[in-house]
Formats: sequence, C-alpha cells, structure tokens
Amino acid sequence: MPETIVEIKKVTKIYTLGANKIYALNKVSAKIEKGDFVTIMGSSGSGKSTLLNMLGCLDLPTSGKVLINNTDLSNLDDDGLTSLRRNNIGFIFQQFNLIQTLTAVENVEIPMIFNGASPQKRRKRALKLLQKAQLPPEYAHHKPNELSGGQQQRVAIARALANNPPILLADEPTGNLDTKTGHGVMELLRELNQAGTTVIVVTHDPRMEEYSRTTIRLQDGEIVNEDT
Amino acid sequence: MKIPDPLKNNMYAELARRNLKRQAVRTMLAAIGIIIGVIAISSMGILGNSLKLSVTDSFSDIGDKIIVYPAPGEDYITDKQVDQIKKVSNIESVIPVRSGGEVVEYKKGGTTFQYYVSVYDLKKEDLDKLADLEQGRYFKPGSTECVVGSGIAKNLDLSLGQKIEIDGTNLRVVGILRERGLGFDISTDSGVFTSSEMYEKLYPDADDGYGTVIVVVKDINKIDPVMEGIEERLNKKEDTVTVFATNSITESLDSVFRSVSLFLMGIGSISLLVAGVSILNVMLMSTMERTKEIGIMKAVGASRKDILKMFLLEALFLGLIASTAGAILTLGGSYLIMALLVKNTSYLLTFSSMFYVLEGFLFGIATSLLGGMYPAWKASMMKPLDALRYE
Repeated sequence: MPETIVEIKKVTKIYTLGANKIYALNKVSAKIEKGDFVTIMGSSGSGKSTLLNMLGCLDLPTSGKVLINNTDLSNLDDDGLTSLRRNNIGFIFQQFNLIQTLTAVENVEIPMIFNGASPQKRRKRALKLLQKAQLPPEYAHHKPNELSGGQQQRVAIARALANNPPILLADEPTGNLDTKTGHGVMELLRELNQAGTTVIVVTHDPRMEEYSRTTIRLQDGEIVNEDT
Repeated sequence: MKIPDPLKNNMYAELARRNLKRQAVRTMLAAIGIIIGVIAISSMGILGNSLKLSVTDSFSDIGDKIIVYPAPGEDYITDKQVDQIKKVSNIESVIPVRSGGEVVEYKKGGTTFQYYVSVYDLKKEDLDKLADLEQGRYFKPGSTECVVGSGIAKNLDLSLGQKIEIDGTNLRVVGILRERGLGFDISTDSGVFTSSEMYEKLYPDADDGYGTVIVVVKDINKIDPVMEGIEERLNKKEDTVTVFATNSITESLDSVFRSVSLFLMGIGSISLLVAGVSILNVMLMSTMERTKEIGIMKAVGASRKDILKMFLLEALFLGLIASTAGAILTLGGSYLIMALLVKNTSYLLTFSSMFYVLEGFLFGIATSLLGGMYPAWKASMMKPLDALRYE
C-alpha cells in the first residue's frame, strides 16, 4: 500500500478584505502519495497558490489540518515550520527567486548552510546538483543576472534539491519561460520524480498535465475533481 | 541539527561582506559616522588623560611622603616630638626641616641680581633622600658651602665655585641639584641648602624646633596607619601637629581629571549616538530592500536565528571596520598633533591613553551592534509568505 506523504483535512483559509470574508479554500481534503507527480490546476483566484503555500509550510489554515510526513503543521511554531520546510520541502518559484548577490553554486549552497553542512561538502554537492539540473558547468560561478530564465530555473531546481527533500513544490515553474525551455524544465522534474521525489506543481497551463499522474482541479476554493 | 557558529561559517561572513559592498556608498557614509564617533570618544579621552598626566607629572613627590606641620597656634615641632614620630612603625625615614625665606643677591658685571629663595637646614644624607645632585658635591658640615636648586642655578646663571650673598654672608656654591618639579615637601628647585652652623649664623633668632617634618613611609599602602600613628602620639590631649599626606592631593586631582575625561567623552559619545542612529537607518533601509531576499532565505530553510545572525554580522562587520579605522586615525592624528604642537608624544603612548582608544573602539562596535539590533530583529520576524510577495 502506497505511503501518504501529504494529507490535508477539511482545510479552510479565510482572508478578510474589509467587511468581506473571502474563502480562499473551503473545506478541502486530499491525500498525496509518496512518489506521485501531482499538478494542482485552476484559474487565478481558485485558491491553488494558497494551497501550495500551506503545503510549503509558509502559511497556516484558518481551520482544518495539514500533515506533511505525518507532522501536523498546526502544532508547530515558526522555527518548527522552518525546520520541517528545510528537511522536507524544496521550493521552485515562478520568479526563480535566486539571491542576486550570490553565484549560481552559492545559491544552491544556501539551504545546506542552514542545515549545517561543512563548506567543502556543500560546495561539492552544489556542483553535483547543478550538473544534475543540467546547468552548463561554465555557468556555475555566474551571478543570476548573467543567466537566462531557463538557466536560472535550473539553478532554482538544484537549490530545491539541496537538502535532498522528499517533496518538491513548484509554483508555476514554467510561467516565466518560453514553451521549449518550459518543457525542458518539466522533463527535469519528471526525471526527479522517477528517481523517487514527490513533485507537486501548481499551474494554470493545461499542457503541464501530460507530465502528471494526479491532477487536482480547484475552483473557487473547492476541489472539483481529482483524476488519477 | 545544530546551526554552526556564523563566524566559523565563511558563507555568512561572505554574505555580510557582499551585502555591505552592494550599497558601498551607503555603507561608507554609515562607517564615517562610526569613525567620527570613535575618534571623538578616544581623542577626548586622550585629551583628558594627557591633561591629567601633564599636571601630575609636575608633582615629583607623589605618594610615599607624609608632611607634618605645627598645628595652628604652635610655633614649631620639637626634637622630642620628632623622636615620638620616629617610634611609629612602617617609617622609612624622618626628615626634620628648618627653613627660612630669603633674598639672594648675586653680582655679575656691574649689576646685582636678586632672587627669592628658601634657605634650608637639612642634613646632607636627608637632602640626598629628597633630591639628586646634578653637579658638584654636598656641603661640609660647619663650612660656608652651599648646594642650590636647579631653578636658582638657572635663573642666576650660577656655576660651581661661585658665591652668593645672603644677608651679607657669602656662601660658596659647591653643588647644584637636579630639577625635580613642584613638591609638597620642600621646594628643592628654589632652595639653598647649607650646614646647620651657617643656618644658625644666618638666623641667630631661629627657633629650636622645626617648621616641617617630612616622613617617608616604607610602603605606600601604609600611609593611613602611619598618619594615624603620628596623630595618636602627638595629638593625644590637644592638637600639636597637622599631618598631611601628599597622596591625598593626587587622589583629589585624579577624581577631578576623571570627571573632566568623562565630560569630554560624554561630548564625544553624542557623535557616536548620531552614528548609531545612522546605522539603524541604513540597516532598516537594507532590510526593507531585502525583504524578498529574506523571504527566499526563509522559504529555503533559514530560521529566525539565522536571519538575525546574518544582519547582526553585517552590523558587526561595519562596526569592526569603522572602529578599526577610527582607532588608527585617532592614534595617527593624536601622534601628529602631539608631535607638532606639544612636541611631546610620551603622554599618548601610555597605557591609560591606549585604554581610551580601546574604549572608543569598543563603543564603536557596540553602537553598530545596537543600531543593527532592531533591524535584524525586524527582519527575523518577517513572515516568509509576506516577505516573498514583497516587490
């Protein structure tokens, strides 16, 4: 029987905008199995980003439960969330979100620093990860602004893998890339998934569905169907 | 998992260095504030300290002496009382002194020079304890020879073998004392020292006793018990003597100059306060600008402590660099000023002056850290999601 790595139970998130309460998520429940490749689809405002932020321990639900690797987020303080995030989740953002003062390889090293790795060990691993993410080796010591969008996203993927997390969360990873580069990035995510990592991608791009095994469709804060 | 010490972890240091470099102009301006503050504090401290040293240096006999005078109403201290003093323990030596003020006349060419001096009747071994001979020798008992202080020799342009006239009596100069500076015991620089016989000839009506008794103690820490001992023996029924410790003057001088130094440094620290506010400002701007970066750091696993460390390390670096520059500039500047204006750099190179430089240096670092604390705390408290969304 497949192991559940992420579970959400009746998760509700309410934003208050003036006098109005907006239900970004309304009693959403789902289970994601280990090793799955999940896309969360939905138009903008459907609540998919809110859901992703919760899975990434960046946000907490108004009510309901989120369990990552059997740990209930609602029991954790800021440092607890940080440590859970550091050890379980690799983030990939639409905007790449690399640190501009650091070179590609140093950006990949950052999560390892917070995990206490020694300088030699983390440099070695960072270079290996960049290779795995298919960044041409000559770019390893370039700053982000000297790299193309696709190259930056490869650096971001290498960074997401730094602490060898069981879960990769990607928020519109191809949103800022042209179609061909976007497919390259998705191919890379598929390879990582085949190597055992659970990948969860949030997107509104229907073409991404072809890569996933499970699709969660969100509309107005509710799951409309779940295909497997 | 334990987070390693940020100072051992060169990536934190590297990050701090690059972030400071990223806004080089702003960093420089903030550093200048600290530099000025450090210079202000340490140079004001050095100024106060040099003032103190130059004053205390002119007192030669600080410390180990007690001066005994006749109490008001008494004419002199008798031999019997001197013997009583000698019985007090912890005394190195007791020097009874008879003295009188006099005008010395000295003829050179056709002109007669006049000079006010103090004439002392002191045994030559006692004189030896109070001053050093620069030239010549001590007077012989019973002779008409005399030893003069350096001030007299200089002012009257005296050399060995010459004669000076006091009250119609000629005295031959056989020795000149080394300059000693201001004293609480006797003024050796403007003193004429001669034998008891000559003294009695000059002052036939002189008292049988002494105007002053100088007591040298064995150990400077025993000054108080020795003073008490003298008082106990001589002021039993009524006060016959006044006892005075030379170090009481230095103690009060010390406290005066401490206040002066503190006051001057207080003025200096205002500039450091301003510098602290500018660091606060710079770091706050920096955290605002880097909000998104903080969000990224948190998303990839930085804890509050990590963020706090990063920003504090930046403030520490800024403080270290600026304070070092400030300390070096202070030392260089003070050396130049003292060498060019005062022409004496010895006061700068004392432990106490260096202490003020160190103090300025530490204050500079502390100010930077204090200024960086609130921004660092603010950065560490940012919610990762809000920080990530910040544009």
